[in-house]
Amino acid sequence: MTDGTNGGTEPALDPVIDDRDRAIINGLQGGFPLTETPFAVVAEDLDLHEDEVIDRVAAMLNAGVITRFGPMYHAERMGGGLTLAAMKVPDVDFEAVAAIVNALPEVAHNYARDHDFNMWFVIATESAERIPEVIAEIEAATGLAVFDMPKIEEFYIGLRFEA
Amino acid sequence: MELTSTDRALVAAIQNGLPLTPRPYADIGQCIGLGEEEVISALRRMLDGGIIKRLGIVVRHHELGYRANAMVVWDLPDDGIDEIGRRFSGFDFVTLCYRRPRRPPRWPYNLFCMVHGRERPAVLAQVDRLAQSCGVTDAPREVLFSTRRFKQRGPVYAPGPAIEAVS
Repeated sequence: MTDGTNGGTEPALDPVIDDRDRAIINGLQGGFPLTETPFAVVAEDLDLHEDEVIDRVAAMLNAGVITRFGPMYHAERMGGGLTLAAMKVPDVDFEAVAAIVNALPEVAHNYARDHDFNMWFVIATESAERIPEVIAEIEAATGLAVFDMPKIEEFYIGLRFEA
Repeated sequence: MELTSTDRALVAAIQNGLPLTPRPYADIGQCIGLGEEEVISALRRMLDGGIIKRLGIVVRHHELGYRANAMVVWDLPDDGIDEIGRRFSGFDFVTLCYRRPRRPPRWPYNLFCMVHGRERPAVLAQVDRLAQSCGVTDAPREVLFSTRRFKQRGPVYAPGPAIEAVS
């Protein structure tokens, strides 16, 4: 499992998950019960044992199939800042710029995309005021413009992948 | 809603996730001096108040076989964009849908949606379906497939919220 701080591409994982794992993923994406024994509730819905659900979630976390198990916060309502930023990075500089951007703890996701705007990353900060500072730091360190594209409106859907 | 000091302690305690134990809420409570019921009710309040969007898992779509990850961007009329955004978000293959500012002259697009699929041709066909569903086949759009993922994780900061992916 990667620590998420490497500047290069994350290692390609090829974890093996089976039908029970898929059922657990699909069951948990809708939410985790707020009851005293939540794993037992999930297990009963899936016709599995509580221990097996716990063990399989742990194994999938270790394998990197699941990257997080717990609450997803609404960053802005926590007082934090959140934005999507894009850069046009010359191919020859791409690795060096990626290393600079990925090294910042405020950068939560970073994807290369096939477009003139070829680097897209999420900046998440503890305070909203910190967003422009991080953007300025990236621009100063790379000499490239960062295009800030914060959300104006979210059309809500749960993030859901059928496993 | 305002966060109480108890809420903040709880947020900090679970910033790396919930314990993988039969009584996770009791176990968290023990770490920060709260009862199981207090933990559950504080989480319930934060969910109801929208501080917590949801409780559950974040999966790595790539590892589940969703190899085609497209950010689809559209240049839509400002006065019809809300209706179109709501309609797009109703399709089960659209995983995120946001209105964002244009950055003219180089970036004219104001609606972003993520479409994840197992293969690129299937994703492109789904994008066509979206356009047809709202009668916007003539609207300028581009499909930006991801070619590499450098990072996918929650941010690290205390009291460290993990946030939903927005790209």
